[in-house]
Amino acid sequence: MRNLPRWISPVSWIGLAILYIPLLAVGILSFNATRYGQQWGGFTTAWYAMMATNDAILAAAWNSLLVGVASTVIATVLGTLLALGLHRTPWPRWFRRGSDLAINLPVVTPDIILAIALVGAFAVLREWWAVFKPGLVTLIVAHATFQISFVTLVVSSRLATIGRDQVEAARDLYANTGQIWLRVLLPQLMPGIIAGALLAFTISLDDFVVSFFVSGPDATTLPLLIYASVRRGVTPEIHALSTIIVAGTMLAIIAVAWMQARRDAKPTE
Amino acid sequence: MIATPADGRPLDLSIAGVDKSFGPVHVLRGLSVGIPDGQFVTLLGPSGCGKTTLLRIVAGFEMPDRGDVTLGGNDLLRLPAHKRPVNTVFQSYALFPHLRVEDNVAFGLRSRRVAAAETARRVREAMDTMRITELARRYPHELSGGQRQRIALARALVNEPEVLLLDEPMSALDAKLRKEVQAELKRIQRQYQITFILVTHDQDEAIAVSDRILIMKDGRIEQDGSPEEVYERPVSRFVAEFMGSANVLTATCDGSDTAACGFAPLRLAAPAPWRQGHIAIRPEDIEVREIQPAVNGVRGTISERLFRGDHWELLVDVHGEHPMRVITEPDQVHSEGEEIWLELPPDDLLVLRD
Amino acid sequence: MASHLVVDGYLTTRPRLYGRGGLLIAGAFLWMGLFLFAPLGGLAGLAFAQRGEYGGVEWIFSWANLTRLAGWDEFGFSWSHLTILWRSVWLATVTTLLCLLLGFPMAFWIAAKRPAQRPLLLALVMVPSCVNLVIRTYAWQQFLGSQMPAAWLAQSLGLVPEGAALYPTVTAVYLGMVSCMLPFTVLPLYTSVERLDWSLVEAARDLHAGRWRTFRHGILAQCMPGLLAATILTFIPALGMFVISDMLGGAKFLLVGNLIQQQFGSMNDWPFGAMAGLFLVLASLVALWGLRIVSEREAPHHGARR
Repeated sequence: MRNLPRWISPVSWIGLAILYIPLLAVGILSFNATRYGQQWGGFTTAWYAMMATNDAILAAAWNSLLVGVASTVIATVLGTLLALGLHRTPWPRWFRRGSDLAINLPVVTPDIILAIALVGAFAVLREWWAVFKPGLVTLIVAHATFQISFVTLVVSSRLATIGRDQVEAARDLYANTGQIWLRVLLPQLMPGIIAGALLAFTISLDDFVVSFFVSGPDATTLPLLIYASVRRGVTPEIHALSTIIVAGTMLAIIAVAWMQARRDAKPTE
Repeated sequence: MIATPADGRPLDLSIAGVDKSFGPVHVLRGLSVGIPDGQFVTLLGPSGCGKTTLLRIVAGFEMPDRGDVTLGGNDLLRLPAHKRPVNTVFQSYALFPHLRVEDNVAFGLRSRRVAAAETARRVREAMDTMRITELARRYPHELSGGQRQRIALARALVNEPEVLLLDEPMSALDAKLRKEVQAELKRIQRQYQITFILVTHDQDEAIAVSDRILIMKDGRIEQDGSPEEVYERPVSRFVAEFMGSANVLTATCDGSDTAACGFAPLRLAAPAPWRQGHIAIRPEDIEVREIQPAVNGVRGTISERLFRGDHWELLVDVHGEHPMRVITEPDQVHSEGEEIWLELPPDDLLVLRD
Repeated sequence: MASHLVVDGYLTTRPRLYGRGGLLIAGAFLWMGLFLFAPLGGLAGLAFAQRGEYGGVEWIFSWANLTRLAGWDEFGFSWSHLTILWRSVWLATVTTLLCLLLGFPMAFWIAAKRPAQRPLLLALVMVPSCVNLVIRTYAWQQFLGSQMPAAWLAQSLGLVPEGAALYPTVTAVYLGMVSCMLPFTVLPLYTSVERLDWSLVEAARDLHAGRWRTFRHGILAQCMPGLLAATILTFIPALGMFVISDMLGGAKFLLVGNLIQQQFGSMNDWPFGAMAGLFLVLASLVALWGLRIVSEREAPHHGARR
């Protein structure tokens, strides 16, 4: 592009530094042998080993996984059905507008508002149904509630790319409704459903605010554990845990980007 | 389940009094037509004339508001699209992007649970006919427009339908490929001997492939005839202009066999049925003369001349009308600005109904 | 026959279609209705209810929460709540401005690279936003810790006392906020900058416009949609933030988010927390509305330059 002012480049590096330097600092500290404080005491991988046997961390990781998988399954089923029901029915215009608004609402509302709404809902429901006491169930339900919108948005955008002529062609070629679903629609929709589910799972793993409000004392997820450990005093295991999560996140993103690039390259082979 | 009579009686398609509106838009207005078994029929008309809607009604993608559609005496409208012995080649081809070419072609047979061995044999045959055998393992997105079109055709023909519907199948192809495919379509229709209904807005294509052309306008059939008939003898101003190159003249007639045109009185073969209306003459029917001809001579000035390879095309300014298009032999050389006589033979003057 | 519809080649009727569609959407909408829409409505009602004797909710309509948020409680007027509200709005505004000041150069910087490099750099900017917020904030705590290079530097310059950490401080909060929001500022700005029509910039230069005027009329006007999107994506999440202020700002640096958290947590005064939540929603809506006015004022201006 054009000749940019000289200060653009250093300023951009400052921006990148603000994004990465703290993460780097934790990464380095996770290999620091010093137990208390940040004085460099030599290189060690002991904290990673300790982390792997730390019951609290393992339990939180297990909870994160459990909540992520369960809420993603719920949200993927409900969100996909919602996208299909909206797409393939001649709903009146006002209903479509209302639905769009309803689906976008959880995406644009601040987390903390969703969180207190859910806290309120669970408090009321608890009056009749003890299962809504703060814990894994409330975490799963809360996560699924905001995940549905993301799944629906992703699946809808995929659905929009499947032309009506696909269904008509299948029908023209003697396929009944079941065959159309199994042989034409679902295979083409699958990438969208998978993408929606992955997004939902990521959001669940990443969530802190909603989890913070709706979880109970015996249902801690990894972000909650880290937050709590800051209160109690940090241990180097938390450095190790954070580093692993950061590295895992980045690897996952690179993997997704790589798969996408490979898929995009396919049509031109 | 499929409406195929076993006794081999001809499967004539009959469309009777079909009416269809989309909201306030009246697309088909009481349209009726009978199509005998094995005919290659083209629905020709400008966009919005209802030709695609008619096709979709036969295919089963639209339900008419009124009217009947029967095939060999069986009511087609009672059957959903997947139970009609009718297949469609879509304008977009609508190939299944997630299936290989061979699986696309086999789709219809597998839907009907035809035995695997027979499916394989018929798919192979259809791909041989369409010369796409070497593409069997490819995916649609790896293929060119022309190849996709062949697959769409094979995918429909492999089912051996009673009627094949083609919705502007050549609109995405370039001019040269189009010519090849037209010849191919004709060959395939002869080979399979089934009814083809082609929708197009390209009159050259219609003339090249059809046994019969239905020219549609505003949800009705404007003219129904062989390609020669609709080309040589257009019945209305719309057909004359749509079929291409005819010169259309506004004229008045007082009941005699002479019509008054802007520039001259013209003798007709028979009196016109109207007081004011239109007559048409094809450019190739107009003769260029050095001296005034005995009948229907018109004096004009050549305003433009274009060499078209096998003929000259002249635009001749005759007073008070649009320039007339005239086609002459390549050896008849005229120059721009030259004054000439045109002879409009009465037998070639087409009296249009409007 | 005419009473039947044909949908995708299948004969059906309108009630059947609605029945099928209704079944498909019922699950999700019932779920969201029960856990989201109804509670959100209930929240608006809760804001005007009262805290019960033992921390429950008494459904008696009252403006008390509103007046309390505005500063008047049973002990008279106090600035404490208004300070929190003002601090939240101010922090979100300054964070947005800082992000724009950093993000605009970054957008240009990426857009000036070779096309093959751009997605990589953009990914580099976006990746940290996928790392959990708590971890990123925790990372700032570590980085700003008393024995880390940043603190040594500040200590040797005499900015902080010997042996002190750089958090909790207001600066730490801003660092945390900016690093949290920056990716969401850069992305929409980059989309705008990439599509920039440079002939307009050159036209402005040809007219001997100064650097600022060239930027204002040649570049900024064209980037308006991206700028607005960036502002929305930065400002609104910043407004509701409570993790960063809590972890980097210390107990005295309260935001609306912290206020809400306290009311739903230790204070156990849900109606007042709901009122604070209502403020947050309204402030977000006002911000959206204000930006919309700006965009409408800019739009014809922008169009005339095309």
